[in-house]
Amino acid sequence: MITMRLVKLMEGRGLIFLAILAALAVLVPVCNLLVPPGSAFHISNGTVVLLGKYLCYAMLAVALDLVWGYCGILSLGHGAFFALGGYAMGMYLMRQIGTRGVYGNPILPDFMVFLNYKELPITWWGFQHFPYAMLMVVLVPGILAFVFGWLTFRSRVTGVYLSIITQAMTYALWLSFFRNDMGFGGNNGLTDFKDILGYNVQAQSTRASLFVVTCIALMLTFIAARLIVASTYGKVLVAIRDAESRTRFIGYRVEHHKLLVWVVSAMMAGVAGALYVPQVGIINPSEFHPANSIEAVVWVAIGGRGTLVGAALGAVVVNYLKTIFTTGWLAAYWLFALGGLFVLVTLVMPKGIIGVWEDVKARLRERKAIAAGRAGAAAEGKP
Amino acid sequence: MSFLPALRALLLACALSFLALASAGAQGLDAAVERFKADSFSDTEAGIAGVAASGSPQGVAILEALLDRRLFAGAPGVFFRDKAGQGFNAATGSPATVPAEAGMVRLNNRLRNLVQAALGSMTLLSPDPAQRFRAAEAVFKSRDATALPAVEQALAKETVRNVRRVLEEARAAIILSTTTAPEADRIAAAQRIAEAGDNDAVAILRQFSAQSTGGLKAVIDQGITAIEQAQRIRAWVQTVWFGVSLGSVLLLAAIGLAITFGVMGVINMAHGEMVMIGAYVTFVVQELFRSHAPHLLDWSLPISIPLAFLTSGLVGIAIERGVIRFLYGRPLETLLATFGISLVLQQAIRTWFGPTNREVSAPSWMAGSFEFLGLQITYGRLWIVVFTLVVFAALLLILKATPLGLQMRAVTQNRRMASAMGIRTRFVDAMTFGLGSGIAGIAGVALSQIDNVSPNLGQGYIIDSFMVVVFGGVGNLWGTLVAAFTLGIANKILEPFAGAVLGKILILVLLILFIQKRPRGLFALKGRAVEQ
Repeated sequence: MITMRLVKLMEGRGLIFLAILAALAVLVPVCNLLVPPGSAFHISNGTVVLLGKYLCYAMLAVALDLVWGYCGILSLGHGAFFALGGYAMGMYLMRQIGTRGVYGNPILPDFMVFLNYKELPITWWGFQHFPYAMLMVVLVPGILAFVFGWLTFRSRVTGVYLSIITQAMTYALWLSFFRNDMGFGGNNGLTDFKDILGYNVQAQSTRASLFVVTCIALMLTFIAARLIVASTYGKVLVAIRDAESRTRFIGYRVEHHKLLVWVVSAMMAGVAGALYVPQVGIINPSEFHPANSIEAVVWVAIGGRGTLVGAALGAVVVNYLKTIFTTGWLAAYWLFALGGLFVLVTLVMPKGIIGVWEDVKARLRERKAIAAGRAGAAAEGKP
Repeated sequence: MSFLPALRALLLACALSFLALASAGAQGLDAAVERFKADSFSDTEAGIAGVAASGSPQGVAILEALLDRRLFAGAPGVFFRDKAGQGFNAATGSPATVPAEAGMVRLNNRLRNLVQAALGSMTLLSPDPAQRFRAAEAVFKSRDATALPAVEQALAKETVRNVRRVLEEARAAIILSTTTAPEADRIAAAQRIAEAGDNDAVAILRQFSAQSTGGLKAVIDQGITAIEQAQRIRAWVQTVWFGVSLGSVLLLAAIGLAITFGVMGVINMAHGEMVMIGAYVTFVVQELFRSHAPHLLDWSLPISIPLAFLTSGLVGIAIERGVIRFLYGRPLETLLATFGISLVLQQAIRTWFGPTNREVSAPSWMAGSFEFLGLQITYGRLWIVVFTLVVFAALLLILKATPLGLQMRAVTQNRRMASAMGIRTRFVDAMTFGLGSGIAGIAGVALSQIDNVSPNLGQGYIIDSFMVVVFGGVGNLWGTLVAAFTLGIANKILEPFAGAVLGKILILVLLILFIQKRPRGLFALKGRAVEQ
């Protein structure tokens, strides 16, 4: 009964999306680990990391689509939550290095020895425990989002103003994390990770496992987001998006509704960042750069805002294009292509890839209906 | 008839005494120079005193050479090189090659101070006012009591105001340090030094505050408090000036955005690139002048202003006609499209001009600085402040006093009504966007003077510009002005306590908190128009 309801809630394309992810979660590790390198079906180690990266971005895009597509909050600072989650994971991985660092200090990470730290700053306490670190992965972005959202939504900062101050937030964090005094590795960030839960992060089996975990996390994120938007609560969110004042006048506590979805979305972004870091092997302040957050918005816009699947699709497509363009002689044209894509998408296909697909489907259906109608009319006219 | 022999005798006597004096001087110099050969610090000290006492014209050159490690001594004699490297015999002053076996005469810090003091009193009477000024300052620092007669002598003749002031201070410093001088004189000297009011003066006064008693100590302590107070005020004035300077840069960068974003409501992420285009126009114009009319190079900046306005303005109109006009009423989509445009423009400039910084030199009338109320003001910064205010006034004039400005305001307040009154709203949209972009281009001309002209130039200003416009209140030019200067000054006030980066972070956090309090900025538009 419950499964049937779930299946219904996912809609057609949601099911397809989940099926693709499940297939990836099985096929990619198999083709990477079991199929010999010479074979046509072999997936190289680099490709696994690349795919894992795309899926993390897709998760960030789904989180962003939840607040932008369904609640109308255009966040230009979601990259900050992503990066905070990443830093929490990075700190766990740094503590796992232990005595294998250049300076061999069992407690302090290399950069702290280098900067003459005498003891571990309080912000780093407990990060050697995986459960604690995982808690921080969701709590830190969640708390930041809660404080920020609580202040902002309560004072009814909306629209453009909200976007600008989310940008200010990530800009401020970007500047902060560059400072060595913050105790997060400054400019260089956190890197040179050794192992995660006792497994070598460089090992192929670990990488394949991380990929599977990412697939599952994305599926869960998607299901959670889908459940939220299909619920009554989700309907109120859409109402807020379309007419905030009216929803308020009807009697809903708009700021509470917004705050909840905002915090949930930030936590999702944090998880995405946490999965991103062990696969890429580094986290540094550049992840906070405002341009990264804008780029994430663009993935959602290109894929199709307010569709969830579209957001994930947009993230994968744009990043795949980026991979193609930034390697080889096309590198000089990447920004032309990306910039052109933004303009084109906003002008020609405001509903994104999914929107275009829906339009095509609707037109086909219409044509079929017309044809059926004609046939019917002809049949009637015959006798 | 009897006075002729007398006259002759007198003349003879004069000539003789003159000769005697000259030879005595030369002998004194010879003897003094000989002391340098020993190359022991005590002998060198005697040598310095001797050279200073000799009054010989080349004494100054010798001591300067000694200070600059250009004096060499050895068995063949003492030699020095002038700044050009030409060698001289120190004793005779005639050109000579410096023999290889002559070693450099060494100095320690104490001797170096002695040389400086000696040079000070020797050059107090130099015909060059700048040299006299330096000499007086040297005496002021050394407070060498033996220089007092020289100072008095120089003071009697001095006519240049600045030099006279320093000389008086030097005399006061010497009198104050002479413990045997009458109390009244020393009090007057202390007061004279307190009037000077700079760091050196306060250092001298502090030194004597501990040693002195009674009335003198009271005067000195009073002087110290007065100077410290004045310095605190000066530090504040300086902070405010730096703040105004930073604020004018912020205003300049944001003022175009105040039109495109503030008045039209277009979130123009390509605004920074309009600034960048203006800066590159300046670069191109300057290069053209450099290759075709180098003598007019100083004029390239004023000529760049209208060209930058036109170029950026035309690009802006093209963007408005080509993209933005399809997106009115959809601010968030506009944001994405203009961000895309900004990427394309950056890459285009990178392709044409290369990714490296381009050099835009400052015209001669922007170089240098002057002193005002005790703080150094560079002409470049002053010009930018003035220029910003002129641009602001011009923009205000266009909006308030021209038909186009009237139409712009009408269209932004009520598009359909304006259209019904016969205003070509489309045309006005394009013109408004062009105006905002053109102003950004003008900002680029000024910013090319203080920032690197590179494809990333605009990126550095876009976020700050948005903050300024939002802080000031969208749609309000005066708000933008107040916001820019407030942010600039606040930034400079925080900087000494928090450092540049942390100061900026604090400003951002304060700004976020401020928006909570006043979601529509300092000067919000009132009425129904604000609820879209």
